[in-house]
Amino acid sequence: MISPQRSPPGSSSQSPRSPSAPPFLSVTVTDPVKLGNGVQAYISYRVITKTNLPEYQGPEKIVIRRYSDFVWLHDRLAEKYRGIFIPPLPEKSAVEKFRFSAEFIEMRRQALDIFINRIASHPQLKQSEDLRTFLQEDEETMERARSQETGIFKKKPADLIQIFKDVQSKVSDVVLGKEKPVEESNPEYEKLKHYIFELEDHLAEAQRQAYRLVKRHRELGQSLSDFGKAIKLLGACEGDSLGKVFADLGSKSELLSIKLQKEAHNLLMNFEEPLKDYVRAVQSIKATMVDRANAFRQQCELAETTKLKEINLDKLMLMRSEKAMEAEIEYKELKAESEEATRRFETIVKLMSEEMVRFQEQKTADLGLAFHEFAKGQAKLANEIADAWRSLVPKLDACSPSLCS
Amino acid sequence: MMGPETHLGFGSPPREKMESLVLSDVASDYRSAMSSSLSAVVDGCDPLLSLPSPLSTSAAASSSSSFVDPPSYADVVFSPLDSQNGAAPDRPSLRRDSSSPRSDRAAASEYAKITVSDPQKEQDAVNSLVPGGGTYVTYLITSRTRAGGAEFRVRRRFRDVVTLADRLAEAYRGYFIQPRPDKNVVESQVMQKHEFVEQRRSAIEKYLWRLSVHPVIGKSEELRAFLQAQGKLPLPTSTDVASRMLDGAVRLPKQLFGEGPAGYVTPQDAVQPAKGGRDLLRIFKELKQSVANDWGVAKPPVVEEDKEFLERKEKMQDLEQQLSMASQQAEVLVKAQQDIGETMGQLGLAFIKLTKFETEEAIYNSQRVRATDAKCLATAAVKASRLYRELNAQTVKHLDTLHEYLGLMLAVQGAFSDRASALLTVQTLMSDLTSLHTRIDKLEAASSKIFGGDRSRMRKVEELKETIRVTEDAKCCALREYERIKESYLLWLC
Repeated sequence: MISPQRSPPGSSSQSPRSPSAPPFLSVTVTDPVKLGNGVQAYISYRVITKTNLPEYQGPEKIVIRRYSDFVWLHDRLAEKYRGIFIPPLPEKSAVEKFRFSAEFIEMRRQALDIFINRIASHPQLKQSEDLRTFLQEDEETMERARSQETGIFKKKPADLIQIFKDVQSKVSDVVLGKEKPVEESNPEYEKLKHYIFELEDHLAEAQRQAYRLVKRHRELGQSLSDFGKAIKLLGACEGDSLGKVFADLGSKSELLSIKLQKEAHNLLMNFEEPLKDYVRAVQSIKATMVDRANAFRQQCELAETTKLKEINLDKLMLMRSEKAMEAEIEYKELKAESEEATRRFETIVKLMSEEMVRFQEQKTADLGLAFHEFAKGQAKLANEIADAWRSLVPKLDACSPSLCS
Repeated sequence: MMGPETHLGFGSPPREKMESLVLSDVASDYRSAMSSSLSAVVDGCDPLLSLPSPLSTSAAASSSSSFVDPPSYADVVFSPLDSQNGAAPDRPSLRRDSSSPRSDRAAASEYAKITVSDPQKEQDAVNSLVPGGGTYVTYLITSRTRAGGAEFRVRRRFRDVVTLADRLAEAYRGYFIQPRPDKNVVESQVMQKHEFVEQRRSAIEKYLWRLSVHPVIGKSEELRAFLQAQGKLPLPTSTDVASRMLDGAVRLPKQLFGEGPAGYVTPQDAVQPAKGGRDLLRIFKELKQSVANDWGVAKPPVVEEDKEFLERKEKMQDLEQQLSMASQQAEVLVKAQQDIGETMGQLGLAFIKLTKFETEEAIYNSQRVRATDAKCLATAAVKASRLYRELNAQTVKHLDTLHEYLGLMLAVQGAFSDRASALLTVQTLMSDLTSLHTRIDKLEAASSKIFGGDRSRMRKVEELKETIRVTEDAKCCALREYERIKESYLLWLC
């Protein structure tokens, strides 16, 4: 049984070593480098840890990590800290070709950086030993640790489907005569489950539109560039002053094309990615809900088994059977297990409610910033476009009287 | 809980950078509002709601915060294109619209105003063979001359416009004439009647206006007749291709057997291009000539010598190609602008739904704050989408000029081909003459060998001499026509 590390919520670990300096732990993921050849090629990242916490080996440490190392850390934390919404990881890339594109690498690096920093600032997660291993151990140790965990702890898709069924199809189970799956009958929690599922849909739609908007910016940029070139060529057919104006128009068009491409990138990194991150976070909550459902089921099952054992024990004791001794020991063990399961479940419930508050606040802040970046980027772009065209108008006005029929 | 170093954002920009942007004051206000909102959340007050002016203007109006010159754009926004027609000198407020170069030409035109309006259905007097036919649309054409100022009103149908265009093409060979509106046979069946009539009405108006500002055609009798003659249009109608070919086929045997007048080109015919006519034999001969020009050894006696013309021709072809490219790219650009506007709108919609959802389900105050933020964004996005649509309407209007010029290039090509075909006619006739002379010489040589002359051959010689005389005349006419076209081209240069 793995017991979660617990510390009183809200308190950060005070370091007695340096009472004057506040404790800090900051991590940077940087410097992606492609290593290996052919099919086995992968990207490695440099992870730089700066801290004054005593549990760490020194004020600064640099290690090299790859994506699967992050996955390892995520899975370990998910195992040990049930009830806490583990910060989400960026997805594995499905398309081979895309895996090494500069944009994908940059998006992943940014997402990993945020991932590790969220862990490092989470009151419970940051004390994890696995985190320390991740941030400090050399590459060989890391590889050994990674190869030991071969995904036995990974969340099975069946679990997610189970919770989905819990939410959606209570009625059908009853109709089919199946035994109703054991689940909580907490109305507030029901509301929360419903909220989370619907939220995911809305967010996914918003993220889709955001991604499409990025594409549209790129397309517009490309068309402006092509148009600018064509106008320049057209101007070359004309006479001097008119031709020059056409050339100016073409140049402005090409200039704006560049600005549009830049804004597209900005939109992608600072607006679309936060939305995607939000979707992932919601999925992480769903995973925690699975944990909670499992814990509840376990608790119920153990409670029932214990009760049965108790009844059996009483019977044996009445009969003064020699099995009573054995049964009593078994019963005591089972009771301890049952209490443990109940404790675990209650921990998850408590943690979840704290985490929800945290989650909502963090999301508000993150989204607020993303919206701000969006508005700023669009305003800047619009200003640049207006300036570019406006600067052209006096030249056009100067040229227009000379246009003869 | 949220210490200064743990505020994780996606590439949170340093403060200095944000100061340097136009929105700097508002931006820093927002950030401080954000951080204070988090601590204030517990108190239940919502700073975003209490700071409506800077934030809502920044979020909602950020895309329009530096809109300079709304007036000149506002006027032009949805005014229909044909209001520029002739109205350009009357509307000085449209400072920056594209009709300003045209207003110079408009001032020189004979006509102050031409409008096409009031489409009406009328019944054909004769029963049409086509079922459902027999009705057509007439348009009221109002025009006013710049000189007298008298106003003329006539009713014309589209067929009359076609006739006008054909007569002008015949009479003004070699000039750059605005192409007439398309017949659009397919579209007239497919489109909504009302829309199609409107499209045609506007096209006719534009066409007539362009004709009127043309320095030569604007003064033409044909145009005047079209605009002013009451009742039926007093111009000869064109015949269709099929009946022309039929007529030509009937004549051909006579031509081949060299019977009298059907065998050669008359002077009046020589002035017209071969292609559109009924003289199949002439078409064949000119084709033969053009092949001989390209592949033959001997150079024809009259060739295109004007080097400047040839240069110009090349430039024109180059121009046409570039126009076509630019026109294509303009279309792509318009589509891209349309797409981005649409997607922006859909983004706004997605966020509105999100806002509604969060507001309904809100348990925590942070959710309400977030919902409000999302709503601001959504409103801004929807507004931006609308602005993109307006931008596109403008863009289409102005870039349409490229398309129009492309249409004009067709006229230019037509003028060039007129010149080329006139030259070809001259060359063909000269070849004819040469071969006729040769035949005469041969016949005379052969007949001189026979004692007392050969009566049938002498008769033949007489006929040929007659033919030569007519052909010489025709050649002179053709040559004159060719020179005329060359001169009209020179007129165009200035």
